[in-house]
Amino acid sequence: MILQVDNPVVEVHDLTVSYDRKPVLWGVDLTLPAGALVGVIGPNGAGKSTLIKAMMDLLPSGSGYVRIFDKPINEVRKRISYVPQRESVDWDFPASVFDVVLMGRYGNLGLFKRPRQADKDAALEALEKVGMQAFADRQISQLSGGQQQRVFLARALAQNADLYFMDEPFAGVDIATETAIIELLRTMRDQGKTVIVVHHDLQSAANYFDWVVLLNMRLVASGPTEKVLTQELLEQTYGGKLTVLTKVGDLLRKQEFPMREKR
Amino acid sequence: MNAFWIILTGSLVASCCSLLGCYLILRRMAMVGDAISHAVLPGIVIAFLLTGSRDSVPMLIGAGLLGVLTTFLIEFFHRYARVQSDAAIGVTFTWLFAIGIILISVFAGQVDLDQDCVLYGEIAYVPLDLWITEGGLSMGPRTVWTLGIVTILILSFIIIGYKELFLTAFDPGYAAAIGVSTSLWYYLLMTAVSLTTVASFESVGAILVVALLVAPPATAYLLTDNFKTMLILSVMLGVVAAITGYYLAVWIDGSIAGAIATVTGIEFMLAFLFSPSRGILISKKLIQPVQH
Repeated sequence: MILQVDNPVVEVHDLTVSYDRKPVLWGVDLTLPAGALVGVIGPNGAGKSTLIKAMMDLLPSGSGYVRIFDKPINEVRKRISYVPQRESVDWDFPASVFDVVLMGRYGNLGLFKRPRQADKDAALEALEKVGMQAFADRQISQLSGGQQQRVFLARALAQNADLYFMDEPFAGVDIATETAIIELLRTMRDQGKTVIVVHHDLQSAANYFDWVVLLNMRLVASGPTEKVLTQELLEQTYGGKLTVLTKVGDLLRKQEFPMREKR
Repeated sequence: MNAFWIILTGSLVASCCSLLGCYLILRRMAMVGDAISHAVLPGIVIAFLLTGSRDSVPMLIGAGLLGVLTTFLIEFFHRYARVQSDAAIGVTFTWLFAIGIILISVFAGQVDLDQDCVLYGEIAYVPLDLWITEGGLSMGPRTVWTLGIVTILILSFIIIGYKELFLTAFDPGYAAAIGVSTSLWYYLLMTAVSLTTVASFESVGAILVVALLVAPPATAYLLTDNFKTMLILSVMLGVVAAITGYYLAVWIDGSIAGAIATVTGIEFMLAFLFSPSRGILISKKLIQPVQH
């Protein structure tokens, strides 16, 4: 069940990525449609983060190529944005919330130029969208996990990109933040932007995404959510946990059991 | 007049080192500064042997190249040989420094450098080495001119690259994604550290450069939550240390460079105890030791 689309936003062809000569992603071939909210789903160690990093060319790939907006990535970097995992940075860094969100404007400014009023306005507006305008001057070390995630999201919004890559934006955030974020992502999708989200909560996936990519070192499936989130494909993705998965399938149908993995 | 030149030299060294040190400590790379400050030695000696003079420009180039080579080797051993990064640092810089020492001892007759000078520097001799023009006009100590130019270069580098240096220090992954080259800025920063080190080593020596690279930024980090303030504050702390250190040395009749570095340590202790936000005696927040 790997569905290819016409005029894709992202086109991945025969992508293989290795760490220390040990492949973590094998021969991934996929295309993603424009204006979709895409979930990348799979067990721990399946290569979900690796896939989006390789799409952005942040990791050296062994073989294959990626085209974004039908161009090599380096020609379209101004149109893409990235929300890294929260843990990837040092939150004790001497910076305010506003400083971090303003970084979203750096890519468009180029060397020598300082942020102008328009950039500052865009940063404030982005903060407002995530409900953090009151925290603009707050030191980033004083934020909770959910607030840190909102700040990262605001930074990406300030960029006003067309394609967003998000690495586990729902990891370790409270329910209120999760709801706020998903609402925001839906609004962005409705404005024609494409959002690719690494996610590992199977239960919410069905509600959140239009398009799902199932991954476990190889690409298992890529297609519209209702066609991809089937028990058979989930079993293929989660492999060894076959019996557990039968239960997961049952629970999924009942929609009452939170399957978020503990981090 | 001598006191003025010595303090000016110390202040210029302290300013360059403190500014770059802010980036090093926030990137958790303070020890890479240590490594570079030692590993530039063979570059200096080779530049000296090739040109036969203690002219600043070839030395700066030689040291700059060695500094970049050092960071490259550290990265290389860490990434491809999968040695821990502190082990990679330790192997690389001691090895390069040792080669420098051998070069000096083998070519001792031709090299106007000695180990003591390299290790400890001698800021008190700065006013003796004057730049005298062909017309016989004294332009002041040569070191002050070299350091002055290096300080201007470092300042322009930080002003021009402020956004990029800030972003790549905080979140390199995001920087790369939006098209800001992390390796370019990394190597530019390391080149700047190398230039600063070699311009400073004559006056304060390879060991004490590290004190000025790390202690004032670490002190400033304890005193503020704003990055620009941290840069300015660390320069101020460095300059205060240079002035106080000079008079301390005069008073006790001891090493000036040693006294300057001692003052940076005292500044750090004071900030550690009395910082309004993080000092253990003043802060109302219960300080939690960092968990590993």
